[in-house]
Amino acid sequence: MDIQELKVKSFVTKYNKEKKALISILQNIQEEYNYLPQEALRIVSETLNIPLINIIGVATFYRAFSLEPRGKHLVTVCMGTACHVRGGPKILEEFERKLNIQAGETTKDKQFSLEIVACLGCCAIGPVVVVDGDYYAQTTIRKVGSILKKYMKIKKKNESN
Amino acid sequence: MISLKMNRLDVKVEDGWTILEAAKFYGLEIPTLCYNEGLSPYGGCRLCLVEVGEGPRAKLVSSCTYPVEEGLVVRTDTRRVIEARKMMIELMLSLAPNSKVIQDLASKFGVKQVRFKIRNEECILCGLCVRMCSEQMDGRAIGFQNRGYKRKISTPFDIRSEECRLCGGCMYICPACQLRCQGPQADTAVCNACLNMDPTCLDHYDDLQCWMYDAGRCGTCIRESPEKSAEKEQTSK
Repeated sequence: MDIQELKVKSFVTKYNKEKKALISILQNIQEEYNYLPQEALRIVSETLNIPLINIIGVATFYRAFSLEPRGKHLVTVCMGTACHVRGGPKILEEFERKLNIQAGETTKDKQFSLEIVACLGCCAIGPVVVVDGDYYAQTTIRKVGSILKKYMKIKKKNESN
Repeated sequence: MISLKMNRLDVKVEDGWTILEAAKFYGLEIPTLCYNEGLSPYGGCRLCLVEVGEGPRAKLVSSCTYPVEEGLVVRTDTRRVIEARKMMIELMLSLAPNSKVIQDLASKFGVKQVRFKIRNEECILCGLCVRMCSEQMDGRAIGFQNRGYKRKISTPFDIRSEECRLCGGCMYICPACQLRCQGPQADTAVCNACLNMDPTCLDHYDDLQCWMYDAGRCGTCIRESPEKSAEKEQTSK
């Protein structure tokens, strides 16, 4: 994927080149490319006048950022204590089998990334699965297929358009 | 000037000093590892822990980052401090068992075994190299990355940084990789061959380091023999 220098710079100028807006800028880049490309980080470093290593420090600290290319849809399975005892690991296993990847990896067609999260703070509706910001409560192994189908359908729709 | 108590001693120090600086000024020994006079304090190694406050509200703080306050009560050699210090040395040894600096500390403070899994990471994340690079060398080539157990020090994208001028400052200051101990590499044992073999006696004393107001008999360096303490009991009766 090409990194458009102008696009990255527009993210930076959007926040008046303020250093404190670093995380917001990184979020915009992450949204645009689904990951933080090296070149983009270098451009941010130059325009914001922040040492590159400090930007890397921020980018690697937060789980929301990824330095590796991620899939279009991000599937996060909760492995917090409550979700864990209610069968979180089994649901994760099912996702791993269905998508044919391990947790933390991305499918070959760059459609899905699978992540584990320690706790989402909504233990009452566990086991929780979050796909692209949509929460799926009380998930079971049976529901895994239908959840994935939803996002595969979106993909097909987009293709037909 | 700020007056405070250090090891039951009333002292006066300059405003803006840290506890560590005050202790150094008055000759109280506090071990340090991630502290360096030329660099900003970091408080990462937790070796310079001291007890602040009195009674049940006493807490352990890192003296290199704690500024002195009026009326502060500081104790540098309580049992709690010593235990915490030994634990820190043990933990650091499990990370970097080949470091001579840490082995010397272990020897000095009587750490004789490591109960943790030896991880051989040869880095204790003290941040000395990072601060050396940015503060003294104006380099900013290395820094902390990731977090939790994945935390590491590296260059951006793990390739040679354009900022690096190969000054070697990071290597010079590193306590884990410099002058590695050449002794036998046992799995868990601390070889202790680099310094003396005598255990220090600090852990036998509960409260304070007496700081010479009873010259020669202060008790920090002489372990009280059982006979002597029995004698004392008799005379008190």
